[in-house]
Amino acid sequence: MLTYIGRRIVLAIFTVWAVSVLAFAIIQLPPGDYITSYIAQMAVTGSIVSEQEAENLRIQYGLDQPVYVQYLKWMAMISRGDFGMSMEWRRPVTEVIGDRLLLTVVVSFAALLLTWILALPIGIYSAVRQYSFGDYVFTFVGFIGLAVPNFLLALVILYLGFVLFGANIGGLFSPEYQEAPWSLAKGWDLLKHLPIPALILGLAGTAQQIRIMRANLLDEQRKPYVVTARAKGLPEFRVILKYPVRVALNPFASTIGYLFPYIVSGSIIVSLVLSLPTVGPLLLKALIAQDMFLAGTIVLMLGVMTVIGTLISDIILVWIDPRIRLEDT
Amino acid sequence: MAEPPRSLAPAPSPAPGRTVSAEERIFVASQWQLMWWRFRKHRLAMVSGVVTIGFYLTVLAADFLAYADPHASEAQRSLMPPQPIHWFEGWRFRPHVYGVKGYRDPTTFRRVYQTDPTHKIPIRFLARGFEYKFLGLMAMNRHLIGVDEGLDAAQTIFLLGTDLQGRDLWSRLMYATRISMTIGLVGVTLSLFLGVLLGGISGFYGGVADTLIQRLIEVLRSIPTIPLWMGLAAALPRDWSILQIYFAITIIISLLGWTELARVVRGRFLALREEDFVISARLVGCSEMRIIFVHMVPSFMSHIIAATTLALPAMIISETALSFLGLGLRPPAISWGVLLQQAQNIQTVAISPWLMLAALPVIVAVLAFNFLGDGLRDAADPYGH
Amino acid sequence: MQTRPTPLLTVRNLKTYFPQEEGTVKAVDGVSFDVYPGRTIGIVGESGCGKSITARSILRILDRPGRIVEGEILFRRRQGAGASGADQVIDLTKLDPNGADMRAIRGAEIALIFQEPMSSFSPVHTIGNQLREAILLHQQVDRRQARQQAIEMLRQVGIPLPEQRLEALSYQLSGGLRQRAMIAMALSCHPSLLIADEPTTALDVTTQAQILDLMRRLQQDYEMAIMLITHDLGVIAEMADDVVVMYLGRVVEQAPVDDIFHAPRHPYTQALLRSIPRIRSKSRERLASITGFVPHPYNRPPGCPFHPRCDAFMPGVCDREVPTLQPISVQQQVSCFLYR
Repeated sequence: MLTYIGRRIVLAIFTVWAVSVLAFAIIQLPPGDYITSYIAQMAVTGSIVSEQEAENLRIQYGLDQPVYVQYLKWMAMISRGDFGMSMEWRRPVTEVIGDRLLLTVVVSFAALLLTWILALPIGIYSAVRQYSFGDYVFTFVGFIGLAVPNFLLALVILYLGFVLFGANIGGLFSPEYQEAPWSLAKGWDLLKHLPIPALILGLAGTAQQIRIMRANLLDEQRKPYVVTARAKGLPEFRVILKYPVRVALNPFASTIGYLFPYIVSGSIIVSLVLSLPTVGPLLLKALIAQDMFLAGTIVLMLGVMTVIGTLISDIILVWIDPRIRLEDT
Repeated sequence: MAEPPRSLAPAPSPAPGRTVSAEERIFVASQWQLMWWRFRKHRLAMVSGVVTIGFYLTVLAADFLAYADPHASEAQRSLMPPQPIHWFEGWRFRPHVYGVKGYRDPTTFRRVYQTDPTHKIPIRFLARGFEYKFLGLMAMNRHLIGVDEGLDAAQTIFLLGTDLQGRDLWSRLMYATRISMTIGLVGVTLSLFLGVLLGGISGFYGGVADTLIQRLIEVLRSIPTIPLWMGLAAALPRDWSILQIYFAITIIISLLGWTELARVVRGRFLALREEDFVISARLVGCSEMRIIFVHMVPSFMSHIIAATTLALPAMIISETALSFLGLGLRPPAISWGVLLQQAQNIQTVAISPWLMLAALPVIVAVLAFNFLGDGLRDAADPYGH
Repeated sequence: MQTRPTPLLTVRNLKTYFPQEEGTVKAVDGVSFDVYPGRTIGIVGESGCGKSITARSILRILDRPGRIVEGEILFRRRQGAGASGADQVIDLTKLDPNGADMRAIRGAEIALIFQEPMSSFSPVHTIGNQLREAILLHQQVDRRQARQQAIEMLRQVGIPLPEQRLEALSYQLSGGLRQRAMIAMALSCHPSLLIADEPTTALDVTTQAQILDLMRRLQQDYEMAIMLITHDLGVIAEMADDVVVMYLGRVVEQAPVDDIFHAPRHPYTQALLRSIPRIRSKSRERLASITGFVPHPYNRPPGCPFHPRCDAFMPGVCDREVPTLQPISVQQQVSCFLYR
């Protein structure tokens, strides 16, 4: 088991490195650099930036050096904890990002938790009571979840909330807590606002997991060891929960790991629609403005966060399935 | 194999004879026939197949189905609500819409519209409208529906209302279908190519190549895709033509989307490698190319088809998402995502909810492809279950 | 003739049907037999004749949509189980399959072992866990005692190093050891009836012999009745005291094992016996088989279900009415119009 975890950790480190390279590459891809768009911005307001000034700015921001040097410089900075300056906001990147990364984690994690809480019992119920009314209802809702892209769902729910309740249900905080420092009350306010974004983000994943659990449990239910358990005289619910559910839990848990990148991804767009103070809206603006340090840092942090989340779920999977402990992957 | 039935004792029941021939039919049917029979049983998948064909017919006949020039903007018609069709005039079947007058509301300064029931504008079928080239070949100007010529621009029909620039939403929706449904096809073809290639190498050769490709797939799966897409899409030069951006977007989306197909292909190759028919092909002396393409690939063609169909909805959603953000296709290109871009915030949507209508074809297309893919996947194992 | 003791289990006119979209499958269509304490009854027949469904019906573990539509299953419970302390006979068809009464019988008084050595144990729980569960379910002992009992049972069925085997997962045992472990689990509460559904079919011949020996020994030690379900006439000859021959959900012949082998009456039984290859037959002699196929469950022939394949078919009789089980001697019963 330790070798398995060790390998996953090595792979995670490698993935993080790949993400950093990709993040950096993305920033470098557009022709021109921040200075070009800065000059264009200035031109709109009427002020001209001279060649000399542009050159100085370039040197100041280190934009005149070859690409790989810039990358290494960036990596060196990060290892010191310095994530650079946001050129657009004129403040350190960490300040600009601030709470948003934490909130992204909170929302994504809430969505994942919701997926577990909903998908497991519903999947079990659907398999055990196959073809029942409840099964059909859940299958239908599941298809809605799979078919409707999360940002569209957010839009529709936002609209319904407005039309039916006259309220704007976007955002993660009530107005009075938005800029306030962290406190127990603020945390509680956050919890009250979490369910809707978490549900919207997690619905597609929940639908997928319900189908996986249902399909696997249907298969396992027919297997001989379930007959053995029943023939021993176990009550039916214990027969189901202890045996086939336990076995069907493995594919369920292993696929949930890969939901995390999907949820984090989805939170970017959904945050835009619901006006959540997460990393999403910030990233979009940064990309459009070619704000290198800000955009690169956000992509890097998102990647790291996702990799860590996937690693944790891999470890949980190993802990659940004794068979992996004894074999190689 | 069962032996042929001997002649039975006198006065046999007809049942055994009938059973045998039904079973024999299954034995001699080709793989595709079996697949079709199994597929037919899935009513939902059949309906989805019809819906999908409907979508692609729209792709071909978009110009015909639209009735207004999708690019013709007219500030006077900005944000008109949908016009319901009234089918009967008295007892006669005479579909028409009511004329609409627009004016600026003095208190909110917004443009509002009032329907005038006395002013009936009849709907004509196969009416004349703007010119287009059917399938890029024939010049035509007939459309499915339309109104008489000569009426001024503000008095035409707007089935689904208009957008901010006053462009008819229904016509734009027809053209959007064309782009959104085909971008998925191109992207999936690329993913298919990458997936089969890499998945095949991985599954057939195993060893180091397999490990490397597997790790690559895992790395790609752990990366959140949307920030990467956003980054890549934002990196596209702003001055590229629509066509260039179109293809660049499909390449970007398929670069990350091939992993699922590769996994399916690899799984199939791994399973088939140990099959007796492959071993005997090897023993007979077939070259590896021949083993792969003549023996192995045909046996999992159906799985590939199913997996590809299931990959399409992801492509469509990706393009819609990117365009929705303003990073994918941009005006004057028209896709579902571009149409939805105007419905981005609650303020616009609250006043003009019909702007969200472009979401409907997305949902229907995704559902249809999902059901179709499910049906194909179930039918792909004719000798299974 | 010796007088028979009272039966432990009496199945009377059992009918188990499976309603499906395309029609109703009459898996068990009027089956009756008796099981006596300490004796082995063999249920023999081709695949699909309903023998396994009969076993599942007795234990009330039928898969949906199977249902017992008619009949009785009278089981004599252990002394002391009834309120008065006397023997209590209850009709298992009247019990709720998931109710406490049926579950107290299942596993403790009637146990089941069956064919699948590969997958009859849970792949994610240890053998010990599953054995202990069976013990703790029906006996008032603590976990340590349950563990001791489990070790003792494993030893009794001939598994070496039982303490270590407790921690093993099922795939770590060979087929023969797994079957022994199954037997240990089934017998851990000393049931009065053991139902063995094709227990040796998936094992190689040597292991088969060992398992059968084990079963015979345990039967003597525990004075247990065994209901042995198989299609292998060799196993029947070795183990059974009485034999029930089934075809398409009905009993066609029932007799002590000697009579079945030396004086079979029903054409089906005779055909079955003829189809056993003999070691002394001439080489290049065609193997005898029964003509025709087992009919599709939705396509049952009218009248006697065997008539399309029967050498002694009597037109106008066998295809009109359904024969019933009639005694032709004190211990032998046949269901055939030849013996009306």
